[in-house]
Amino acid sequence: MNVFHFMLQNHEQVLELTLEHLWMVGVSTLFAVLIGIPLGILSAHWPVWNRPVLGTANIIQTIPSLALFGFLLPVPWLGERADRLAILALTLYALLPVIRNTYTGIRGVDPAVVEAGRGMGLTGSQLLFQVELPLALSVILSGVRVAVVVSVGLATIAAAIGAGGLGEFIFRGLAMVNNQLILAGAIPAAILALSADFGLGWLEKRLQPQ
Amino acid sequence: MEPTATQSPAIEFRDVAFTLPGGQQLLSGLNLRIERGETLVLLGRSGSGKTTALKLINRLLIPSGGEVHVNGQPTAESDVVRLRRSIGYVIQDVGLFPHFTVKRNVSLVPRIEGWADERVHQRVEELLQMVGLEPQIASRYPHQLSGGQRQRVGVARALAADPAILLMDEPFGALDALTRNQLQREFLALQQRLNKTVVFVTHDLREALRLGSRIALMEGGRLITVLPPEDFLRCGDPLATAYAQAFGESMDPATNRGPS
Repeated sequence: MNVFHFMLQNHEQVLELTLEHLWMVGVSTLFAVLIGIPLGILSAHWPVWNRPVLGTANIIQTIPSLALFGFLLPVPWLGERADRLAILALTLYALLPVIRNTYTGIRGVDPAVVEAGRGMGLTGSQLLFQVELPLALSVILSGVRVAVVVSVGLATIAAAIGAGGLGEFIFRGLAMVNNQLILAGAIPAAILALSADFGLGWLEKRLQPQ
Repeated sequence: MEPTATQSPAIEFRDVAFTLPGGQQLLSGLNLRIERGETLVLLGRSGSGKTTALKLINRLLIPSGGEVHVNGQPTAESDVVRLRRSIGYVIQDVGLFPHFTVKRNVSLVPRIEGWADERVHQRVEELLQMVGLEPQIASRYPHQLSGGQRQRVGVARALAADPAILLMDEPFGALDALTRNQLQREFLALQQRLNKTVVFVTHDLREALRLGSRIALMEGGRLITVLPPEDFLRCGDPLATAYAQAFGESMDPATNRGPS
């Protein structure tokens, strides 16, 4: 197996690029969760926000990723370092699934449960943190899962602007018409995506309310 | 518990109206005094305004006209969280928190109120016994219970912080006839012991006659009449007569009450 031979020989570089890849995906997912969950709560509780929030996230999603990386390149501070830029772009893409699933999860909580909680005298934040979020958690998590899997794939394109990651191998391989090199980037990326999908899927099942 | 003349009623509706934002009027001109320790049944068909009236008491809805007083104080001026915690609330769908055990469901309000663990634990045991449940049920989740058990837990939860007022919105409506009958009997026994002020919503005349100390008949967002169950079938009000006919003629409240 030539590819694996290559990967073994260059294992240090494979590891380095994989870590860069993970860093970009991890940080951008974290940002997407920190921004997306509050936005999802906002649009679930105040329907006026529903359209602007989800609409904007939807539009961002339609921008081709290579174009988005390009658009952001001239932005000061951001453009200085490619990984900042890549993280911002990945965050923007990850927002939609997180927002949408937070919205769906909270709206999906049994109205009788919410009414009982309100009738018992729970305050808004008690209701949110003790009832709505725990019950919506598995749905929210499945949104995060989609975001992570998509990000792992998208992050390969970040190499086009010099942000590193496993895309390095792929782009180099494309330029040199070297399938081995392409696979050396694609295989670890696929493994990352599959294991994130599997791990978060397992967590999601465990958190599912009965 | 003898209500004195100077004591304010537990709940009072003063010319209360409720209109939806769209303009649909669900309730109008409601005047009603509910005395301490009585079980007032709001009887009416779907859309008669009975549930609306109930939700105005704990401010789940806000009157668009008039005032609702609880313990002599207008609800509009009271702290809504305090108000709700001082009123037990039981609904047909029970609304147990599916991710909490029975114990956590029942003890949620006491816990939020900062009760010590030991006191909470004792209270849960006491409540489960009160509503006829085995103590080992405390560690189960709602989906592991039968409909009747769930409704009992709902009642226990509403009673947790020992509220003087209990609002019950068709609590036995979704149960089979046998279970409903049993829970009604237990409700009467419990009410005799606890002497709460209960407002009970139902569309079931039998249930109303059996449980109520007074029956408030509602139709089309208006209160038609308020009568003790003994007089309800004899009052001659056309709507009350229609109800009696719908539920069969032989409905003497005295025999219906049965042994309690």
